[in-house]
Amino acid sequence: MTATIPTPLALIAELTHRCPLHCVYCSNPLELQARRLELSTEVWSRVLGEAAEAGVLQVDFTGGEPLARTDLVELVRAARAAGLYVNLITSGLPVDERRLAELVNAGLDHLQLSFQGAQEDAASEIAGTRALEQKLQVVRWVREHRIGLTLNFVIHRQNLDRLEEMIALGEASGAGRLEFAHVQYYGWAFANRMLLLPTRDQVDRSIRLLQQAEARLRGKIRVEYVTPDYFAKYPKACMGGWGRKLILITPDGDALPCHAAQIIPGMRFPNVKNQPLREIWDYSEAFQKFRGEEWMQEPCRSCDRRTQDFGGCRCQAFLLAGDAASTDPVCTLTPQRMIVEEIIAAANAEPPSTAAVKPDWLYRTNPS
Amino acid sequence: MDIEMNTRPRLAAGCRLSDPNRSPRMLQMPERVLRLNGPSLEIVTRCDGKHTVQQIVSEMQKLYSKAEPERVEKDILGYLSLLHDQRALDFTVENSVSRK
Repeated sequence: MTATIPTPLALIAELTHRCPLHCVYCSNPLELQARRLELSTEVWSRVLGEAAEAGVLQVDFTGGEPLARTDLVELVRAARAAGLYVNLITSGLPVDERRLAELVNAGLDHLQLSFQGAQEDAASEIAGTRALEQKLQVVRWVREHRIGLTLNFVIHRQNLDRLEEMIALGEASGAGRLEFAHVQYYGWAFANRMLLLPTRDQVDRSIRLLQQAEARLRGKIRVEYVTPDYFAKYPKACMGGWGRKLILITPDGDALPCHAAQIIPGMRFPNVKNQPLREIWDYSEAFQKFRGEEWMQEPCRSCDRRTQDFGGCRCQAFLLAGDAASTDPVCTLTPQRMIVEEIIAAANAEPPSTAAVKPDWLYRTNPS
Repeated sequence: MDIEMNTRPRLAAGCRLSDPNRSPRMLQMPERVLRLNGPSLEIVTRCDGKHTVQQIVSEMQKLYSKAEPERVEKDILGYLSLLHDQRALDFTVENSVSRK
């Protein structure tokens, strides 16, 4: 255990796994939780208060689609009353002008709207349903209020060649912030990896375009992006380090240090129905498991970067190398980087298809 | 960017001061927070769409009367410019009707 326990900064509240979209790269687990297992309004309200007391500054209401919860306005009010900055991460589907106004009046600070592409057909293939027109309508409604707006474009092999159109859509939208997020390979994205993984050329070109957009729009629109994991030299500080900054609560109340943590074998996660959040954060075995440096192996253990990237992502280490305590195999300092190089070589070997043929997607399902 | 003395800065949509009952005070923005110390809190509190940059400078020069006035002005303009680049401030021009 570490000498000083860090303070959690953000609570990621996965209110539900229900969603009108079926995105092929959804970060939810393959095993989705049913509606009847979802936490009640009362438990969520208590947890929001406990989070603020533990030091949390921001709550991200996400899902699934958080708007699928009929009590969302109440939860926004509870979060704001607890002193939190309230962010809603949404597909924008189950909302109309009136409900949006209710959310804003309840204290919503910021809305992050996901985009699957800049054209209806291409976006629908990824989301498994038509959604773009409604999203553009939501943008117009949000602009009637004074809340923050981020458009989040998820980018990958199938849409990177049309990145300019997404940048143009974002620029014209009036949003204060644009996020271009390369797909991360966990959950549904891991299952669809070879259809989503870009070529090295696509990645290089995207970084160039986004650098230009960032410089051109500075002061007007904030443009943010990161080099995708597999193509980076060093791993990302996943979740800002295990049990260091973020706490995620699943629809049924399990507290996780990271979205995908449940795939790691042998882990047991505490539940907010039975235990106060602070106790979970400070003392639970799950949150201490990869906190600090004790668990690290070489090359992390003696590496200067260990305090910057904390060894990378534990779930990725497990998914790629079969050991959650090994160095994240995307790191070029570990011999296991070979695993990633082979995957990239396979992606590079085949140029992105320009055909309109539907690849064999595994679409995200919906819980009962 | 160059900051015009007669404009009125105010926090951009999605940016606000943290709950006054919690300390330390923070400027909360989408996906980031900025910790505010004494002078930065004094500045950000005045970014309310009512004070002009000139007024903020004058008030801060009084508040920090031991510091060189030119230095205070330079620091404030630098800080406002930084907040602008972070997309945390809008500047409205003198006499213009404030927008929603």
